[in-house]
Amino acid sequence: MAGLGYACLLLALAVCAYGIGASLYGVRRNRPEYCASGRRSIYALAVILTVAMGVLEVAFLSNDFAFNTVAATSSRTTPTFYRAAAVWSSQEGSLLLWAWLLSLWSSLALFLTRKRMRDVAAYATAILLGFGGFFVSLMIFYANPFATSSPAPAEGVGLDPLLRFPTMMIHPPMLYSGYTLCTIPFAFGMGALIARRLEADWLKVIRRFAFAAWLFLGMGILLGARWSYSELGWGGYWGWDAVENASLMPWLTGTAFLHSLMIQEKRGMLKVWNVSLVLATGTLAIMGTFLVRSGVLNSIHAFGGATLGVPFVCLIAVLIGGSIYTVVSRRELLRSENRLDSLLSRESIFLANNLVLVGLCFVIFWGTYFPLISAALTGQEASVGPPWFDRYTVPLALILVLLSGIGPVISWRRASLANARRNFMAPLACAAATLIVLLAAGVAHKTFAITMFCCAAFVFGSVGQEFVRGTRARRAMAGEAPARALLALVRRNRRRYGGYIVHLGIAVLFVGVAASSSFQHASELQLGPGQSTKVGAYRIRYVEPTASVTPKNDRAHTGSTLSLGAVLDVTKNGRHVATLRPSEGFYASGNPAEGSVSSLIGGQAVSHIGMDGGITRDVWSAIAPNIEAPGLKRIVTAGNATLPPEEAGIALVYLARAYLRRPPPTQFHFLVSPLVMWIWLGGLIVFGGGLIAAWPAPSAVRSRVAARSRARALRGLARA
Amino acid sequence: MNPARKRTVRLVVALSAAVLLASALIYTSFSAASPALTPSQLLHVAQPGRSYIVTGTVAAGSVHRAGSVLTFDVRDRAGATAVPVAYTGTVPDPFREGREIVVTVEKHGSSYVGERNSLITKCPSKYKTAPAGENQNA
Repeated sequence: MAGLGYACLLLALAVCAYGIGASLYGVRRNRPEYCASGRRSIYALAVILTVAMGVLEVAFLSNDFAFNTVAATSSRTTPTFYRAAAVWSSQEGSLLLWAWLLSLWSSLALFLTRKRMRDVAAYATAILLGFGGFFVSLMIFYANPFATSSPAPAEGVGLDPLLRFPTMMIHPPMLYSGYTLCTIPFAFGMGALIARRLEADWLKVIRRFAFAAWLFLGMGILLGARWSYSELGWGGYWGWDAVENASLMPWLTGTAFLHSLMIQEKRGMLKVWNVSLVLATGTLAIMGTFLVRSGVLNSIHAFGGATLGVPFVCLIAVLIGGSIYTVVSRRELLRSENRLDSLLSRESIFLANNLVLVGLCFVIFWGTYFPLISAALTGQEASVGPPWFDRYTVPLALILVLLSGIGPVISWRRASLANARRNFMAPLACAAATLIVLLAAGVAHKTFAITMFCCAAFVFGSVGQEFVRGTRARRAMAGEAPARALLALVRRNRRRYGGYIVHLGIAVLFVGVAASSSFQHASELQLGPGQSTKVGAYRIRYVEPTASVTPKNDRAHTGSTLSLGAVLDVTKNGRHVATLRPSEGFYASGNPAEGSVSSLIGGQAVSHIGMDGGITRDVWSAIAPNIEAPGLKRIVTAGNATLPPEEAGIALVYLARAYLRRPPPTQFHFLVSPLVMWIWLGGLIVFGGGLIAAWPAPSAVRSRVAARSRARALRGLARA
Repeated sequence: MNPARKRTVRLVVALSAAVLLASALIYTSFSAASPALTPSQLLHVAQPGRSYIVTGTVAAGSVHRAGSVLTFDVRDRAGATAVPVAYTGTVPDPFREGREIVVTVEKHGSSYVGERNSLITKCPSKYKTAPAGENQNA
């Protein structure tokens, strides 16, 4: 099995080398058959890497601990769902996932463009195969997922319990799909530059892939935030961690590109800017992957001891150098066809939006890489913390939300005073009404929050106004009922109204961020059964301890050996609101040297939060039971001394009973956070709007079908 | 003003604003940054009232909790030098003896007080290099 997997890697590398050679030879010598052969190499790469992925997946599902990666990240006690997803929890497996997704998305892109821009596609094929070859080489020379040990260990270490969380299992494929999709516009952009084919065609080819990259990356980021909120026991969803930032940067430049693309399509402007954004997004995606794997920066996700820094630095240097050279050398072909007519126009707002997004990206880039920059400049590594990031990102985020409300309602080319009065009255009225309500509610001291709420109200007003006007116009033209007219409006202008829904989702998301960060109440303290504390308007009482010895059936189905927790009663003004059951799961360490009982609970301990979530607020709780309390420690020590490993489970039963009879004072972390649900809801709205915008318009589908039937008819005529 | 001159003025204004903002960003990053040190470096350079980021591993047998205060020693990755830290705030789940951590501290007398919620524990299981002696080829 391992041999088959490794052979697939070698074959994949050979296919990449052949495909690059064939594509370049074909395009340089004008031999289309070689270009086609190069393109088919990508399909072959996808098939080969699918087999390799299948081999590794089978090894995980069949507990084949001869594979080093299976032994290091899976075990017999790891539940099947998590065992299947553990494939990408190791360095080696995640590299394979990266290369596999790259081959699949590239195959799709090259299949869809097989009859268009053949010279550009040939260069794009070579570049995509170059990326594929790079990742396959990393696996062959640095991190082989098919490396084996002999004799095979009887049991594996198990998947890190922190990763045993449903959304965490989907998060890497989503994020990697985003990263790999970012390389497709990069490859086509670079191909267009090399081939000097910089008309609008290449933009049409990559638009959908740039959009898909943006969507996948965004959802991956959101799923990671949700995991952080629910699993890491700190109650936050964003910590300006280096690895979080690495995924946000290409998303920001990708967002900028999706906006400025419209200006190039409509007015033939910003060509240098657009191609630079495409190349920057692709490069930032590779830099993000590098950051995860190099271990150069401290992060909750930093992977100490990783050895992939040098190859990645070389690749990034080539990407940056190549990008700058090709853009500068093709600058004559990238001249704008038009100039900005007025600062009060949709083009200007899009440009401002682009500058804010790129500014945000620069701030995050500087803060993230500051330890390396300061070490290089001063010889002393230093870091900036969340307050530094907040100082710059908060005002930029406010401007961004405001611009997302102005963009949909301002005219192209030049806005007149009459236009401004007609389009901005309703949004401004929404913002003003929100401000009055907030001031009346007595929250004037929370400047960031009230400014964000007003900006969001402005967006709701402007987007709502566009929907109302569009629906009215349709009703007047077609005499349709309001709901039908609204649906028809969105269906016929998917890109436009899908985009507006995305703006709405972003505003909802930022309302959630502003509210939860400005009005959160937090408390960390020790409580014994019967004691209570006040958090915001809520009183939380520790009712009783809970304990279960659950090798297979813990509440979160994550495979913990022991779970200690508490029942909490939440009341508001004396009325029962919710019952929370936070717990902490203890897992086997797999290290017999710790002692028979200690090895059953000596692994990673993981919080399973207790939360009462709602549209207006979340009451969130985490518990850190003191398993080192003298009464409990005595049982563990006695068990280690007297019980053989096969009977050590008995000690866990005694441990659970002792915890229930005499629970030691326990550390709790409580949060009452308003509108956190709006963050996830906003994300879903963005996702929905994105899907609507990306879906082919009925006219496009119709024209494709008509073109196909025309082609069939012509073929029939030719045969006749 | 003719359109070409107008464009030049706009460009100069925009570039000047960008340079000013970038300068502010760079200046504040250097003034707000905390130096990242190992425990042995911290012992030599730490001054009261200044914050430092210390990286190292949690020393075995040093973790104790008294109420909401968690005390532990941070030891050099390769070496025996350690500094005592008293920390309050959120403790990440992966925190335990022997784990590599990053925490922001301030010197108070002979011990160090951890900044609230600044404790980061490196992800323990992912992307470790293979142990020596493992067969890297199938």
